[in-house]
Amino acid sequence: MPVGDLFKQELKVVNIGLSSFKESLDEVGATAVQVDWRPPMDVSDESRRIVAEHAEEIDAANATVMDIILRGMPQLVSLARAIDVIPGMKPNLILHAGPPITWERMCGPMRGAIIGGLIYEGKAKTPDDAEILAASGEIEYAPCHEHSTVGPMAGIVMPSMPVFVLRNEEFGNQAYCTMNEGLGKVLRYGAFASEVIEKLRWMDSVLYPVLEGAIVTTGPIDLKNLMAQALHMGDEVHNRNRAATSLLYRAMAPAIVRSCSDSKAAVEVLEFINGNDHFFLNLSMPACKVTLDAARDVPGSSVVIAMTRNGTDFGIQLSGTGDEWFVGPADVPDALFFPGYTKEDANPDIGDSSITETNGLGGFAIAASPAIVQFVGGTTSDAIQYTLEMYEIAAAENTVYQIPYLNFRGTPTGIDVVKVITKNILPFIDTGVAHREPGVGQVGAGVLTASAEPFTRAFEGLAARLAR
Amino acid sequence: MVVVGRIKKGAYFDSVTLMNVARELSYMEGVADAAVVMGTDENRAILSAADLLTSEFENSSDTDLLIGVRAETDEIAEAALIAVDELLENVRGTVDDGEAFTPRSLDGALDVVPDANLALISVAGRYAGDVAARALDRGLHVMLFSDNVPLETEVELKTRAHGLGLFVMGPDCGTAIINGVPLGFANAVNRGPIGIVAASGTGLQEVSTLVSNLGSGISQAVGTGGHDVVNAVGGVTFLDGLEALADDAETEVIVLVSKPPDGEVLDRIRKKLAKIEQPVVSVFLGTEPEGPNGCRTLAEAAFRAVTVAVGREPDGVRGLLLGGDDREAELVERIVAERSNGQRYVRALMSGGTFASEAEIVFADLGLNDVHSNVPSGRATKLDDPLRSVANTIVDLGSDEFTVGRPHPMIDYSLRVKRIAGEANDPDVAVILLDVVLGYGSNLDPASELDQVIRDAVSKVAVVCSITGTDRDPQNRRAVHEALEGAGAIIAGSNLSACRIAGLVARKLGVK
Repeated sequence: MPVGDLFKQELKVVNIGLSSFKESLDEVGATAVQVDWRPPMDVSDESRRIVAEHAEEIDAANATVMDIILRGMPQLVSLARAIDVIPGMKPNLILHAGPPITWERMCGPMRGAIIGGLIYEGKAKTPDDAEILAASGEIEYAPCHEHSTVGPMAGIVMPSMPVFVLRNEEFGNQAYCTMNEGLGKVLRYGAFASEVIEKLRWMDSVLYPVLEGAIVTTGPIDLKNLMAQALHMGDEVHNRNRAATSLLYRAMAPAIVRSCSDSKAAVEVLEFINGNDHFFLNLSMPACKVTLDAARDVPGSSVVIAMTRNGTDFGIQLSGTGDEWFVGPADVPDALFFPGYTKEDANPDIGDSSITETNGLGGFAIAASPAIVQFVGGTTSDAIQYTLEMYEIAAAENTVYQIPYLNFRGTPTGIDVVKVITKNILPFIDTGVAHREPGVGQVGAGVLTASAEPFTRAFEGLAARLAR
Repeated sequence: MVVVGRIKKGAYFDSVTLMNVARELSYMEGVADAAVVMGTDENRAILSAADLLTSEFENSSDTDLLIGVRAETDEIAEAALIAVDELLENVRGTVDDGEAFTPRSLDGALDVVPDANLALISVAGRYAGDVAARALDRGLHVMLFSDNVPLETEVELKTRAHGLGLFVMGPDCGTAIINGVPLGFANAVNRGPIGIVAASGTGLQEVSTLVSNLGSGISQAVGTGGHDVVNAVGGVTFLDGLEALADDAETEVIVLVSKPPDGEVLDRIRKKLAKIEQPVVSVFLGTEPEGPNGCRTLAEAAFRAVTVAVGREPDGVRGLLLGGDDREAELVERIVAERSNGQRYVRALMSGGTFASEAEIVFADLGLNDVHSNVPSGRATKLDDPLRSVANTIVDLGSDEFTVGRPHPMIDYSLRVKRIAGEANDPDVAVILLDVVLGYGSNLDPASELDQVIRDAVSKVAVVCSITGTDRDPQNRRAVHEALEGAGAIIAGSNLSACRIAGLVARKLGVK
């Protein structure tokens, strides 16, 4: 193509840099778009060079990964006890949110949840006993993520706990998550008072068998379809799950009534789900997990397959870097706080729930959720800007999850760490905020930008593998 | 501390709105804590935990709004309760401003304008190469305004662009006019039959504005960046630009503007010229003109191009642009006559690098001796200290030593204003030579910048000034002309003419 073809076209300019040039172009009536450009994030020249040289390989690997992610078919298939279904689960193992961490470095809420978990399992009688046991070395800890599992906030999964079992119908892999306890004093925020344990016992003895029986009646429930509908109804299925919970309720209520012979139990279960707008969170999370896990271990891929926090560290895993965690400090979210609490009380960011953002939902889909835009500054325009910005770092656009306001454009899906680094745009996460002391519970909700360090490390880590 | 509570019956707000309102309240002077919640059991428990539960709230229902405030005094608490109404009103009244999304990258921009065809890049040099490479990947032509891009990056980019059939104009390309659209530091010129390829930004501006002011116009003006014509780069963009203009049906005359290209590049240009049908006017500043349309200066090239395009010389302006007429001779006589004893030197304080080079050539052609410059190109002696003039001096105020940490002198006149005042006080100085460059990107009111300092200077020395621009430029050439003339400056028709007047004055006074 000869260069002179430019002379035959209408000039349309992308202006990257001095905005005065854009103003001049506007003045003469030329078509021009301004780029709010920033220098790339700080990574070594060597890794930058390697990644640039392998651009085609990375693009091809990412295409494979995104094909798997977009084809994922998460379904709720049953409930079971953790020890019976979660791979590698054993009696002295406790799963937790976030990247790997030792008892010594765990934050207050996570310790509180472990204390509560040990009391719940009958391994300790008092909080003091539980703490001693937790630190004794007899108990082993592992990230939920390494066991096909996710957990909100502290994300504690004890061996005897009942969990949802999800299956990716397209690829056959499974994922697991505990049932949501509701708001107030709850284990996931590190509370371990007797009422917390009692509620967990009720969930085990009533909620679990009733739901298990109902799912036998309904058959597998298509969560992808359900979440797509919920997005059209104002959820982003991370901080807002009201629509999805309602849809699930509609799907399950007749089955609960039909399958449960004890009508008191059925009423309790229906009232519990009805009273907890976040009930679906513990399904949207494993739905994302089961979708993403199918796309692990594609060599060369720069797509984030897990992004999570344990209240101390923020960690990510890439499809192209195997089981390696890239970790940095977790930040304190910029939040709206409940009465009586301030940022001083807030624990650094915690929970596996950012798996939703990793799968193109949550903060990435906030433009679909005008009801919660005040978390991001107050106007729907802000929310739309956030989603639009996330397209910059997304490897693809979702084929099922859509933003009505953006003419049903697919949500930005698949975080590409190369784009994160070169464009200097960090993922945007919706989040709840835990009190830094164990046992207090949730103190606010808000948004935050992911920590930078895990992403620069992942970029270096990917480059190191590509250079091998 | 007091705790005050109030119920608003049946006033539903979502919890996030209420948390925002509560946060605003807690920022009020003297307010220790505040809660604004709907009256559910759960929220009453929260109020209780925060010690904000008052007796008023006992009989509240889910649809009632509860406002609790703990404050230093009753008055403050009352004020806070009143503020709630206002805050809630504002929340409901907030309207979306619907501001357009500003993309954060080239790829994001291409989502907005998928058929964009040129990236204008002015980010810091160390990043500019990557950004330009991405633009080429996405099939865009590139104008790279950024400087300090490594030569090997330039070679890489241009080699790739050439293979893809794309332009890389620059790095360090200040000016281009594509399809009538001025890019970077460019002027509002007429469209017309004359196409330009230029390795010099101000050279392109001078030729394009003179062509336009002579009543003709520009088809396309391709900037290449100054390094394009060195052997290492090989004149890739220069040659591609030349070929594109040769193939362009709108372009009847081609003008080439550059400092002297390296030998190999010049050979390639000559070879290419042999195959081109249109007449080609060339000015390679500082070399002997080649062929029938070879020129020594920018003004000459513009004049020649218009003459060829129209088929005859423009009427009555030859002397104004090129000098050598009676009017010029009379003007020089008058300036010389007005000087007092000892005044004999010219001080050229230029903002355009190419204008500084042209001044050096013109001075040499006039036989002016003892010429110094901070950027000599063979006919002047290098200044030891760019801040201190020696005898006849040319200073390019746009060169690196002056622009570190400061905008270009076409934008920021402060350094030049100071230097004009200093030179005017030198008893040896007879004439100060200036260029004023108009157009997009340049200072929007150069006349005001220069007015006072010229008024002061002309009581001691002559000030000769050229103006590069058109009447359609944002500054308006005519208005600037009148203002500077009003301040006492002698306005020449071109940089060439200004250099000749100033140079002739200095030569005459020097011989005396």
